[in-house]
Amino acid sequence: MVETLQQLLPGFLIPYFNALMQLGHNFFGALWPDILTVVWTVIKVMLIIAPLLLVVAYVTFWERKVIGWMQVRIGPNRVGPWGLIQPIADGLKLMLKEVVIPAGADKSVFLLAPVFAFAPALVAWAVIPFNDVLVVANVNASLLYVMGVTSIGVYGIMLAGWASNSKYAFLGGMRSAAQLISYEVAMGLALVVVLMVSNSLNLGDIVKSQGQGRFAEMGLSFLSWNWLSLLPMFGVYVVSCVAETNRAPFDMAEGESEIVGYHVEYSGMAFAVFQLAEYSAMLMCSTLISLLFLGGWLSPVRFLPDSIFWLFAKIAAFVFFFFWIRATFPRYRYDQIMRLGWKVFIPLCLVWLVIVGCWMMSPWNIWK
Amino acid sequence: MEFKTFVFYFLSTILVYASLRVVTLRNPVHAALHLILAFFSASGVWILLQAEFLAIALVLVYVGAVMVLFLFVVMMLDINIDRLREGFWSYLPLGSIIALLMLAEMSLVLGGSYYDLFESNVPQAESGYSNVKAVGRLLFTDYVYPFELASVILLVGIVAAAALTLRGKRKTKSVSPGQQVFVKAKDRVRVLKMPAEQRD
Repeated sequence: MVETLQQLLPGFLIPYFNALMQLGHNFFGALWPDILTVVWTVIKVMLIIAPLLLVVAYVTFWERKVIGWMQVRIGPNRVGPWGLIQPIADGLKLMLKEVVIPAGADKSVFLLAPVFAFAPALVAWAVIPFNDVLVVANVNASLLYVMGVTSIGVYGIMLAGWASNSKYAFLGGMRSAAQLISYEVAMGLALVVVLMVSNSLNLGDIVKSQGQGRFAEMGLSFLSWNWLSLLPMFGVYVVSCVAETNRAPFDMAEGESEIVGYHVEYSGMAFAVFQLAEYSAMLMCSTLISLLFLGGWLSPVRFLPDSIFWLFAKIAAFVFFFFWIRATFPRYRYDQIMRLGWKVFIPLCLVWLVIVGCWMMSPWNIWK
Repeated sequence: MEFKTFVFYFLSTILVYASLRVVTLRNPVHAALHLILAFFSASGVWILLQAEFLAIALVLVYVGAVMVLFLFVVMMLDINIDRLREGFWSYLPLGSIIALLMLAEMSLVLGGSYYDLFESNVPQAESGYSNVKAVGRLLFTDYVYPFELASVILLVGIVAAAALTLRGKRKTKSVSPGQQVFVKAKDRVRVLKMPAEQRD
């Protein structure tokens, strides 16, 4: 790591850098490499989180604009040129508002719940590869890690509902917690099929395994990505992602027009953290779909080079897709949501798991 | 002190504290939250032992699924602290016998020379070694019968849970979604054509 930094730094800084290393070595002795590792990791974490939060802020702006245009409105256009300062203004407003804690609420759990909702959506980014080399932690079981970490997000919703000391919030929390656990099963089963065909739990390897196949040899690698060969699973995964992030048409958690959700008692920054959690979970889901089914940073055709911009383009397309269905579909009824999850998606996934397993054992296996 | 040792003691302190709070806290929701914290620190300790599959599975299964259902139940309960605390003295003898037995077992395992826990080393593997693959290979070769037996037992559990909810006649009315999707507007709504009347 020290060597890579020495290569990256401009020439006139290298003597200072070496002096700093020597100073640290004299001062901390044998602990110095460990301290350096921790500091370097914190810097890498910051390099992911800071742009992520900025993107989340502008995704909210983009959503309001896109939905505005779809509904033949203009959308926010007052603050700054074309309304571009709007998300900053919204953030400032929410920061300055009072966080009202209801009487009889469990104060510590009430304030802990937004953290529980937001932290998993950030922590999962640690293992997301942006291209062949650009990843904070390249762990073997990164897909498993993402699944484990994102499954914690449900606590934010449940605890928010319980700690508010309000029956409406409690029922809302129960409702969306049940929804989240149901769709997690379908999502997990779809992921099992993906890891079966790519023979790895590492997200980078899953992406690389999509770059080979008959169509990739013909130069049309977008046809050998997982979305085509695992088409039903791709559909299940995308719909489950929408349900997992509590977005319309599955936004039972919020349901602002007729039912009340788990965060009805939250205000100010505590409420804003729930919103941030929803939008970063949406970005996370779009990234996972792009990596698992749409070839990540791989270019769709051979004559264009692979690059990180392909990944960003795919993520942006899916975020747009999230807005699009929000503006298009009416909200599902709750029993229909549960039926779709348990009686349609899970049986479909189980059957497809067996089909893909048999396919892989047969001589027509395309994933060698 | 090595950095790893520091991390180990840090996680273990949290683990011991959280597990103590699980049994001493009065509020069951807070106790369940401390149990989640204990699971997390335990999975951190397992990561230190390079058992990444077990560590992530602990978070995925226990924190992500089991404890959620636990909290579901605990939150719905109407807990009366006084009723929970009564009968403390009558349960004390049995409880202390079990506690002593477990303590003896633990001291045998940790302190006894038979197991050589302190001398044993964690097998070191190269960084490309996949824990998941090794566990999977063992499960489906050497331990395939116990594994299949466990899955059959779990299946029995699932069927039993479903059967428990199906007692008695169904009291609720519902529409079959298969029929529902074929409904057309003209089956439900009749549009009448009425000539406009002249207002006097």
